[in-house]
Amino acid sequence: MARRSIAIYGKGGIGKSTTTQNTVAALAEMGKKVMVVGCDPKADSTRLLLGGLAQKTVLDTLRDEGDEVNLEDVLRPGYGGTLCTESGGPEPGVGCAGRGIITSINLLEQLGAYDSDLDYVFYDVLGDVVCGGFAMPMREGKAQEIYIVCSGEMMAMYAANNISKGIVKFAQAGGVRLGGIICNSRKVDNELEMISEFARQLGTQMIHFVPRDNDVQRAEINRKTVIEWKPECPQADEYRTLARAIDNNKLFVIPQPLEMEALEKLLIDFGLVEGIAPGTEVVA
Amino acid sequence: MSIDPRDVKEQLIQIYPKKLRQKRSEQIVVTEHREDGSVPEIKANVRSSPGIITQRGCTYAGCKGVVIGPSRDILSLVHGPIGCSFYAWLTRRNQTRPDGPDAQNFINYCLSTDMQEENIVFGGEKKLKVAVREAYHLFHPKAIAIFSTCPVGLIGDDVHAVAREMKEELGINIFGFSCEGYRGVSQSAGHHIANNGLFKHIIGNVETQHDEKFKINLLGEYNIGGDGFVLEDMLTRCGIKQISTFSGNSTYETMANSHTADLNLVMCHRSINYVAEMMEKRFGIPWMKVNFIGATASAKSLRRIGEYFEDDGLKARIEEVIAEEMAKVEAVQAVVKARCQGKTAMLFVGGSRAHHYQQLFTEIGIKTIVAGYEFGHRDDYEGRKVLPGLKIDADSRNIEEIEVVPDPERYRARRTPEQLARLEAMTELEFRDYIGMMPEMDEDTLVVDDLSHHETERLLEIYKPDIFCAGIKEKYGVQKMGIPCKQLHSYDYGGPYAGFRGAINFFNDIDRMVNMKIWSYVTPPWQSPAKQPEEVAAD
Repeated sequence: MARRSIAIYGKGGIGKSTTTQNTVAALAEMGKKVMVVGCDPKADSTRLLLGGLAQKTVLDTLRDEGDEVNLEDVLRPGYGGTLCTESGGPEPGVGCAGRGIITSINLLEQLGAYDSDLDYVFYDVLGDVVCGGFAMPMREGKAQEIYIVCSGEMMAMYAANNISKGIVKFAQAGGVRLGGIICNSRKVDNELEMISEFARQLGTQMIHFVPRDNDVQRAEINRKTVIEWKPECPQADEYRTLARAIDNNKLFVIPQPLEMEALEKLLIDFGLVEGIAPGTEVVA
Repeated sequence: MSIDPRDVKEQLIQIYPKKLRQKRSEQIVVTEHREDGSVPEIKANVRSSPGIITQRGCTYAGCKGVVIGPSRDILSLVHGPIGCSFYAWLTRRNQTRPDGPDAQNFINYCLSTDMQEENIVFGGEKKLKVAVREAYHLFHPKAIAIFSTCPVGLIGDDVHAVAREMKEELGINIFGFSCEGYRGVSQSAGHHIANNGLFKHIIGNVETQHDEKFKINLLGEYNIGGDGFVLEDMLTRCGIKQISTFSGNSTYETMANSHTADLNLVMCHRSINYVAEMMEKRFGIPWMKVNFIGATASAKSLRRIGEYFEDDGLKARIEEVIAEEMAKVEAVQAVVKARCQGKTAMLFVGGSRAHHYQQLFTEIGIKTIVAGYEFGHRDDYEGRKVLPGLKIDADSRNIEEIEVVPDPERYRARRTPEQLARLEAMTELEFRDYIGMMPEMDEDTLVVDDLSHHETERLLEIYKPDIFCAGIKEKYGVQKMGIPCKQLHSYDYGGPYAGFRGAINFFNDIDRMVNMKIWSYVTPPWQSPAKQPEEVAAD
């Protein structure tokens, strides 16, 4: 099977890193060979797979070592035979984190990080697509599939819709496609129905509904995925289901982002905006 | 057969798409002198259009390369990738003459932080601080100027904060310029930014008083090819003390002391008028426009200095110098003019040079048939009287306008408003004014702002001028079309061309260029087969 490159996007704080690592752990459990590339200057995208933040980032290594960077310096083995690397970047308010991601991915390619017999590469990208650098995983065919982590909260849906606009832009130039919406539940009313409908309107699918479960937090405190920490718990099965859904996914689309009015109507129709009767015109 | 400039204008722009055609039609005008003294309005200092090949440079070039760079003992440190420095290294041929073998002179150095990808990603402030310290320990300059290149603005390095910190640490004057290349529509924005920096960080810092009677500053003279040396010599012989030049052959001390002068003379209006304006408001020094390019213009400008100081002794010395110099000029002029009379020139350079050099060409009988500025504003074309009506666009708003108030201790009006008004009424003096290029050009002459390469080629085909004046970017393209091109930024390898002695050099150089046949033998490879050497010999 050809290697699949997947980028996970979504609003900041939505649970991208947690979802990514748990899904990757489940894929690894299935015997898949997976590499995770953290594309967040905070460098916390691989903590659960590595059992801590011990890893030195690609950019730190590049800065300290100059041209003499070896793949072993930046690529660490994690849970279940996964390979983990963190792009890293400047402290907040300094330099250009976007350029850092471009530099980092180019370096990983040069070093041959992608040459090994991988089934999957996962890119975990920070928050919104704020500039060209953060779109790097989407560009030039670095990632072919995008999954957006979303919840039933309005701003999460708004961010998902914006990310879809970015996908449209790069889908026309390259081959990137939206593979689905992962609903990471925040226990919002009618969340499953609303996100299913939202995904349908985007032209995609809700690939899985991940319920909220405190076992995730408990595992995180132990610097582990739930798959590793408590393989038998129901939440571990949820991530296994998600991993299988991604593994079997055949639906890859260029999304049709919603107009603001349509997005608001969705929220009203599913009864989230209290005090506004259905059909009321909302001024954006 | 005369060519109608209005037809030419149509030919220049007809190939453009509609929107660009409209824009260019406002940037290309035919001069006319109306009864009320006005000239047609020209669109200038607006963004160059995508797709045309413009002559323009960037904001960093205007700030570092043009205005600050020529000063010899301010250490210029460029914060950016190395290319920005290397390609600005001495290319303008600004000359300087240190006071002795031990005097500081950094003009032949090229200092850069040499930003690497790592500095872009993680920020370049630390590297800048290291570079400032290193430069200080190597050279011990009185002042360090830090210039921002494009990436510095993109990643948000605070060069001003670094400058303040380093100034505190090292105890010398250190200041930064936010002159990122993309800041303005041309290098003109960089001139303004440099002017603001000169005013905020240098002018007024040194309080040496001079006893000489007639003290001036020469603004907008960059000593290219030694122009400034000729002018300094000429002014000294007249008994005029030059406190500072901005900025050819200048030092930190002379510029810092320039507020002690009694008159500011503005050569290049575009690049330095801001300093002249601000110095008048803060220190009370009047300014007037002069032109030392061309013998007649030089004589006129010298006489205006005499009129301003109202001193008979000074006036007499000025007349002596003029008489002595004019005799030498006229001897060469007579010979050269006989060979050049009736020839034609085109000038597309600068924000003042395309105006000033018309005078020099006129003196040897060469007519300027088309002219324009690279980065001039409307006031450079139409005169400063249009200033009140100029609308400030988004690009200009990007540049700080300093609020200037009279200095509580040091403001001293060198002339009262009444005295200035009386001088203006009695003489030909005009203060705070610049007449602009168009009023001094012949009726029905074509003026083109921000000339494109396409327009250059069409103009050369249509008019076949005897000489084309521009810069290095245009030079070889023009010469391949069989027309000699004189660089009026760097003077090629020539100069000085200012003042009387400079005029003689210019006459001789232009004579050689327009009367030399070599370019007419050039057949570019894309045209019919080139002439064989025997055919050339037979001609």
